[in-house]
Formats: sequence, structure tokens, C-alpha cells
Amino acid sequence: MTIEVNGRSEQFSEEISLSGFVKAKGYDLTKIAVELNGAIIPKSQYACCVLKEQDTLEIVTFVGGG
Amino acid sequence: MERIPTREEVYEALCMRHTSEVQQKLSAGHVAIAGLGGLGSTVAVALSRAGIGHLHLIDFDRVDLSNLNRQQYRIKDLGRYKTEALQEIIMEINPYLEIKTDTVKITAENAKQLFTGESIICEAFDQAVEKAMLTDVFFEELSREKILVAASGMAGAATSNLIRTRKINSRFYLCGDETAGLESGHSLMAPRVGVCAAHEANMILRLLIGETEA
Repeated sequence: MTIEVNGRSEQFSEEISLSGFVKAKGYDLTKIAVELNGAIIPKSQYACCVLKEQDTLEIVTFVGGG
Repeated sequence: MERIPTREEVYEALCMRHTSEVQQKLSAGHVAIAGLGGLGSTVAVALSRAGIGHLHLIDFDRVDLSNLNRQQYRIKDLGRYKTEALQEIIMEINPYLEIKTDTVKITAENAKQLFTGESIICEAFDQAVEKAMLTDVFFEELSREKILVAASGMAGAATSNLIRTRKINSRFYLCGDETAGLESGHSLMAPRVGVCAAHEANMILRLLIGETEA
């Protein structure tokens, strides 16, 4: 399965949930927002959101300062 | 001191500058500002000068001496709630704006209730975790009619030209360089935080006049 992550293609050999993906990639859940195919996915839905072939993911990682 | 101009005089002066067609839209605007530090206080002053009619200022904190390097407060504001001090600054710019204040810490629990009255929410927090929390609550619980303008990455003194406004989707705009954070050891300084705040304020103004591109 190929999905696009922040503009780059990534291959996955088996089905993966959004929750599994962000954990596998080591993202800090408390500092990110995830957009899947144009829509921001609330964190409560990460576990049940299963990624599909040709999905486009964008991970926004917030940094401190304001 | 000269007499305080009337509401009509202030409005007319804004219309002279901005045109009455634009000013009508700005005066009808309802914007909430979440966090009144270097970003939020600067966004609030810019929107006040532009005559945005209804501002909702939210912050739990008091003005500290260490804030004065980049926030719009003054020595006489030290120790005061930021909501109260900023409201006073705004009233000295335009006494006819409707300013609502809430001196509370915004949490996942109270956010939905806090933002019922505004169509645009400006995220102006200091901490990355808070920024992500508000974004999550926004997309989980808030009306689909509302728009979030957020900021990430404005620390240090790198070139201003790295700071941009990015339209992530029709309800979410992100301003900043998206990399220079407090985590990287940079400090926050007035010019670059101000550039980022101006990006947020200008995007908000653009949305109010019907422009939706970043």
C-alpha cells in the first residue's frame, strides 16, 4: 500500500490505522494535527481510522512560541 | 487632551482609509483571540486599528516584566490581568469596539463553550501542546462554519521571509515558519513574533472581507 505523507510516498506492507502510523513514526501525539485527504482528523478518531491506498496525509507538528 | 471623537467620527475616519464597503465588513466582524501574549496582544492591536467590531480576548495570565520584550503591554500594566490591560489599550485606540474578555485558561473542556459567539478563532498560545489541543477541539467539537487561524514557528532572528501563511484547508490557516520553536533554543523577540502576528491578523482581515486564499 502506498500513501503520501507530507508530500513523499511511503510504502506499507500491511493495513495500518492512523493511530498505528503516528506511533510507528514516533510523532508526539500531543503536538500534532493530522490532515487526511483534506480533512483534519480529531485525535479521538485516530484508532478507528484505517489508512487506504493512495491516501494523502499531512502531519502538522506545532512548535512552541507566541 | 483633545475631546474624544464620537462613534460616527471614528467610523467615518476608518471608512476614509478603508472604504465604507470594506469597513462595513470589518465592523461586523466577530473574532476570538486565544492567548494574549506576543501573538495575541499584537493581533488584537492590529485588528482594533482596522476597526474589527467585536473582539473576544481570552487569557488567564497576568502581565510580567519578561513579557515586555514582545507583548503590547506597558510598565504600568505589570501584575494586571492581560485581558484587562489589553482591553484598556484597545479602548485607547477605538473606544467604540465591543470587547468581551474571559480571564480563564482555555482547556479541551471549556473551549466549545468559550467560542460560541465568533466566526473566526485566532490561536495565539505559547506552547505547542496547547496549539495542538485547540486545533483538536476545534475540529472535534466546533461548528463547521468557524475558521481557525493558528501560528507555529516564529522564534529567533532568522529572515522574516520564511514566515508565511499556509491554507491547510478551508477552515484552517497556519502562519509561521513551522520550524523555529522554543524547543530549538531560540528566544522570542518582538520583530519576528510581530511578523507572524501580522500574518495572522492579515489572514483574519482577508477572511472578513471575503478573501479565502492564504
